[in-house]
Amino acid sequence: MQFAMLIYESPDAFATRKQDPNNPYTSAWRAYYRTLVAAGIYEGGNPLEVPETATTVRVKEGIRRVQDGPFADTKEQLAGVMVLELPSLDAALDWAARCPSASQGAIEVRPLAPEIKARITE
Amino acid sequence: MSQDLEAGVYRTIERVARESYGRLVAYLSSHTRDVAGAEDALSEALVAALSHWPQDGVPRNPEAWLLTAARHSLIDLIRHQRVVLASEPALLLFRENAGEASSEMKFPDERLKLLFVCAHPAIDPAMHTPLMLQSVLGLDAARIAGAFLISPKTMGQRLVRAKTKIRDGGIQFEIPQERQLPQRLDRVLEAIYAAFGIGWDDMIGADRRGQDLAEEAIWLARVLLELMPHEPEVHGLLALMLHCEARRNARRGPGGEYIPLSDQDAEQWSLPMIEEAERHLGEAAKCGRLGRFQLEAAIQSVHAERVHGGQVVWEAIVRFYDQLIRISPAVGMKTGYAAAIAEASGPNAGLTALDAIESDLVVHYQPYWAVRAHLLRRAGKVREALEAYDRAVGLAEDHAVREFLLKKRG
Repeated sequence: MQFAMLIYESPDAFATRKQDPNNPYTSAWRAYYRTLVAAGIYEGGNPLEVPETATTVRVKEGIRRVQDGPFADTKEQLAGVMVLELPSLDAALDWAARCPSASQGAIEVRPLAPEIKARITE
Repeated sequence: MSQDLEAGVYRTIERVARESYGRLVAYLSSHTRDVAGAEDALSEALVAALSHWPQDGVPRNPEAWLLTAARHSLIDLIRHQRVVLASEPALLLFRENAGEASSEMKFPDERLKLLFVCAHPAIDPAMHTPLMLQSVLGLDAARIAGAFLISPKTMGQRLVRAKTKIRDGGIQFEIPQERQLPQRLDRVLEAIYAAFGIGWDDMIGADRRGQDLAEEAIWLARVLLELMPHEPEVHGLLALMLHCEARRNARRGPGGEYIPLSDQDAEQWSLPMIEEAERHLGEAAKCGRLGRFQLEAAIQSVHAERVHGGQVVWEAIVRFYDQLIRISPAVGMKTGYAAAIAEASGPNAGLTALDAIESDLVVHYQPYWAVRAHLLRRAGKVREALEAYDRAVGLAEDHAVREFLLKKRG
């Protein structure tokens, strides 16, 4: 079963991106990534640029609306996405708890929806 | 009614609910085997208390009042559900006793039976602890779910399923017979310890996983001890938990940083808790029947010598672990043994002991990697140590432990 880990970071966690790459947060992420790969469960993923770089587009009644900034105006912002291959939600929650961002933000765990994908892609 | 008085009534309800919850659920469900029904009836009784007591005053025997109210709603429930066949005798018994509560009313304490039911071999072992926390202490599913890192909805469903099995699966509310007692008691003890969650305090930089229910676990152990005052392993379990709990304040520095046992300031340990733990170990020793929890408590007791200015005698800890592994060869015990051997006889001896553990057991076991990293570093194996540190950090859940290990890794 594949799970998406939606990684939400606090402003403090985002701020570490400007620091030396050996800062504790980034080092912890490096160790976590290596452990995921060693466990054979890492399917892929990517960090996102900071929320200030986001631009949100809507088309309402034929009128385009463009907004500077992310879709949701919350303190903790989406910072990246990973996909893990795991046997159960219980296992996914275990790996979410180990993620360094779980103590500097939050991890939303969601199963991927292959049936919906099939509907769209077939 | 004045606000102070009202607040006093709420506090009383809270206290009675906390102290009597398990006794009432145990008594009610021992008649019907319906734990969920008993819990529902009791929560209705508590709601009734919230509306009656502030007006009429707190009854002289609040527990008896709650029992009567719960019993009435249970009878209504049984009638309503028409599950009469199975519950007929219980219903009759209930009716006979369901007169108005006299303030002298006494009812038997059936919590021991309830604890044995919660940790019954027919129930999924993963549910033993959650069942106890809910039915004996009244914790809600969301709180339990958080501690066990399970979604609240799933935890709720699993609790319902387990209670249905208790009701319909022929599980008896009884104290196991002597022949089965030791094994059945082990399950109860393990379930209580699982709520405690501080495993390997004596290892360097090992992560403790979730389960922040130490207070609840100690409460459960005290309940069990009250009911089985002559069981050495019950004393052992309580001693073990008190020793670990005594160090709570010393485990974190002023900035919230993780401090491993060997670096802790023994003056910050709670002396009264250590002394109580030692008393329980003494009581247990009188029985002359050694067990897993007494041995684990004995290991903590060796560490506690530091509170009196003594040195940690690692050879003694190795000997206790040696006995422990023969009783309970779990990966945690073996890792603790390796850590102790390393302290007593050097890092290479510790690494040999680590290598002897089956590799599929340790893949995701964080304390193993923390100990391994530490010993590889001490043995001068720089590159391998870095890899082990990475694994220990990657598997850690506690932010402070992660930072501690990263600093060690360098």
